[in-house]
Amino acid sequence: MTVALFVPCYLDQFYPDVPIATLELLERLGVEVVYPEGQTCCGQPMANTGCNAETEPVAKRFVEMFADYETIVCPSGSCTAMVRQHYGDYFSEDDPAYNHVRERTFDLCEYLFDELKVTELDVQFPHRVSLHKSCHGLRELRMGACSESMTPRVDKVKSILDMVGGIEWCEPERSDECCGFGGTFAVNEADVSASMGRDRIDDHIRSGSEVLASADMSCLMHLQGLIRREKRPIQVMHVAQILVGRPVHAAAQTH
Amino acid sequence: MLSNGTKQAEVPATTTSRRAIMDRLQGQTVNAPDLPNVDTNLVTTFEDPLAHFCQMVEAVGGQPHRVERPEEATKILEAIPVFSQATRVASLVPDITPGNVDVSMIDDPHALATLDWTIVQGQFAVAENGAIWIDGDTLPQRVMLFIAQYLAIVVSGSQVVSNMHQAYERVGKPPNPFGIFVAGPSKTADIEQSLVLGAHGCRALQVFITP
Amino acid sequence: MKLPIVDHPTAAHEFIANDERSHWHDKALWFVRSKRDKQAHAVPEWEYLRSLASQIKTHTVANLGSYLEEFEKNATALGATVHWAADADEHNAIVLSILKKHETRRIVKSKSMLTEECGLNHSLEANGIDVVDTDLGERIVQLRDETPSHIVLPAIHIKKEEVGETFHEHLGTEKGASDPQYLTEAARGHLRGKFLAGEVGITGVNFAIAETGGFVVCTNEGNADLGVSLPRVHIACMGIEKLIPRFEDLSVFTRLLARSATGQPITTYTSHFHGPRDPDSELHIVLVDNGRSRLRGSKEFRDALHCIRCGACMNTCPVYRRSGGHSYHATVPGPIGSVLSPTRDAKSYKSLPYACSLCGSCSDVCPVKIPLHHQLLAWRKELVGQGLLSFGKRLSMRGASLLFRYPTLFTTAGKVGRKGLKWAPRWMTHNRLNKWTIARELPEPPAESFREWYKKNRRG
Repeated sequence: MTVALFVPCYLDQFYPDVPIATLELLERLGVEVVYPEGQTCCGQPMANTGCNAETEPVAKRFVEMFADYETIVCPSGSCTAMVRQHYGDYFSEDDPAYNHVRERTFDLCEYLFDELKVTELDVQFPHRVSLHKSCHGLRELRMGACSESMTPRVDKVKSILDMVGGIEWCEPERSDECCGFGGTFAVNEADVSASMGRDRIDDHIRSGSEVLASADMSCLMHLQGLIRREKRPIQVMHVAQILVGRPVHAAAQTH
Repeated sequence: MLSNGTKQAEVPATTTSRRAIMDRLQGQTVNAPDLPNVDTNLVTTFEDPLAHFCQMVEAVGGQPHRVERPEEATKILEAIPVFSQATRVASLVPDITPGNVDVSMIDDPHALATLDWTIVQGQFAVAENGAIWIDGDTLPQRVMLFIAQYLAIVVSGSQVVSNMHQAYERVGKPPNPFGIFVAGPSKTADIEQSLVLGAHGCRALQVFITP
Repeated sequence: MKLPIVDHPTAAHEFIANDERSHWHDKALWFVRSKRDKQAHAVPEWEYLRSLASQIKTHTVANLGSYLEEFEKNATALGATVHWAADADEHNAIVLSILKKHETRRIVKSKSMLTEECGLNHSLEANGIDVVDTDLGERIVQLRDETPSHIVLPAIHIKKEEVGETFHEHLGTEKGASDPQYLTEAARGHLRGKFLAGEVGITGVNFAIAETGGFVVCTNEGNADLGVSLPRVHIACMGIEKLIPRFEDLSVFTRLLARSATGQPITTYTSHFHGPRDPDSELHIVLVDNGRSRLRGSKEFRDALHCIRCGACMNTCPVYRRSGGHSYHATVPGPIGSVLSPTRDAKSYKSLPYACSLCGSCSDVCPVKIPLHHQLLAWRKELVGQGLLSFGKRLSMRGASLLFRYPTLFTTAGKVGRKGLKWAPRWMTHNRLNKWTIARELPEPPAESFREWYKKNRRG
């Protein structure tokens, strides 16, 4: 099995341990991982602002870069959703490269659950963990059931994490409320964004959790920013880092 | 005069606005799916609609009473202080209580402003939500349902449908000038989401379920 | 009429800054959302009903012209008078002319967002007509000279102590009273008098049925029914999109509406009107376009016409719950309001589609499956296309696009950013100009990027 690793722009520059952990995990599972080095970004920041003209060249470049790989894996639900569901504006419906890339780009947990069909992991993580279900993963990629939808869906992220030994699960009261990052929303609507983030953090802390985990580092970047500013007693960790058994740092820093 | 007894409405002028609106609507063809029909195999029905109905009446703030004979209902009513002390009662169910206001003799609905109680017959009940259908043709004055301080509806326990699909089929067409589903007493939660029964309509609803 | 430009973040600031109030508001609406969830869970075929409702509405909107004609024909045959209003002003003029014909001085009105949209109250009051909104929440905001902040729960932003103050001033209740039971009782008595004195009753329309020429009005309080079963004239005002084709279609919508709106299985009263009450009564139905037929012409946004005004999108929206409905400065706020308002005036409302984290919860709760969050994103594209994105933002997006097209530029910028963050003094990186850092820390810069690590540890 060979996969191409799609590393979101901000993970490459600011949270390299997340793609490193992703790569290590896939290698441990017997997957050969290649990293197309010319990659930069999927275009989501521009697309979410409505700037289609600015997104188009970036999207086209992305498809060109990844078209020759059988499978593309990305440790981010939002970036995966961008490629799978929001590239339609930039390509014709029958463009084979676009369709291939669109069909074969997976979020890491989707890949583990649906493609590799992992059933066991040899890793321990003896900590109290609560899961933040990021909106893109949940409502765009449908990686799990959400509280307002009555359609039953398997929680792929949780199913994978359940293979890790020693996790003591804590449940926040609102299981899938948005963290408030929303890309440029975090800066445009700074007040609401911060309020939403703080409420998530309070909820997770109240649940007794030590580690606030998510499959999307963008949510965690925003929450971590608030946690560190306000010195809250909780850490954030990306699912990939838990899956390779990274230690939880005593200090409030994980990158 | 139209066949249903109402005045002939003025023939609508084909106003400029009507023409403009229709032109815009008809000028743009929009593709459409067919109108779907409800697959009755996919909608919930209850094995014991009556039991579920009674539960739902309570859930929506009403008070259900299953009675075998009209006299039982009379007894229950008379044990309610606001009924026994009531001065003006309009009843369309004389078996249970005769009432003392003959609504059919009233021309001006305003005259019912001081009505304490209204007792009416419902035609059928809906299990999924505790609602009861009342056909407007059975009401000499519609306002009697809303203006009385207290309301009691009598409905037969053998006339309970499971859901609104069955309910609308039961109402049938063409509908009468007025018909209403009543589910529980008048209520509001407009002040800080605190539920208060008895907003503008009846303060409490008694539901008598006969055989 | 030129509207002022609404900047949502500015409009929301005061509300959110009052942390206690914002959280109180958020909790109240989350509670309503939870009640909705309970109801939806209790209906195994919930998602099927949503699909049906959506399909019925898509079909209706596509064939709106013929359904309106059918409705008009059938309603007229029953003795109702059907009027057509191209816009808000015409709607108000029609209502006024009916009232003038009857020499009306006092009317009672049940909740109608359509009349709110048209500014009917102001128009009638300017013509010397006393207008009483009879829905309790509407009456409260009317007495306070405010607008409703939610389309179903108009006074959700008001605390009971504040209601008490308003009622003390206008209804003569005890000073300092705040018990909802006591205050509701006072309103009951006060409004009874208004119902009895009302000369004409005005209602909205929840659903109008093409097949039968009738319409349905749903309330919990009974105020619509009281309002129209006493006077001889009933004026029902409706947006043209409120139509449904067949009588039986009501079954789908009456199962979805209250569950979605307030978490009740059905409203207390679901009244069906077919023609005037009696030979001496009049029933007027005012069909209002006010931009709806134009919206139907938009492939992207047409589905917004499905809306049955349940408010579920507002209850689930994390932004609405924390900012309050008034922060949108629109008749209809929240997610659906942020789609509809720019159709009315894109420039004034350009900040609304951005008042959204694109979480998608609204689309999931919408009983008629309007793809709200996708429409909000589509609006952003539209606004950029119309040149309405600020120059600064456009520039930064152009800059970002450039970076992402040239990996060397990107990696250089990244390196500079990381080094800068590591070495620059804090006041340079964390200050009020960098809006991220007002509330948050920037990430700790790592020593190397992933691609640098990869080069060292894996490549070759």
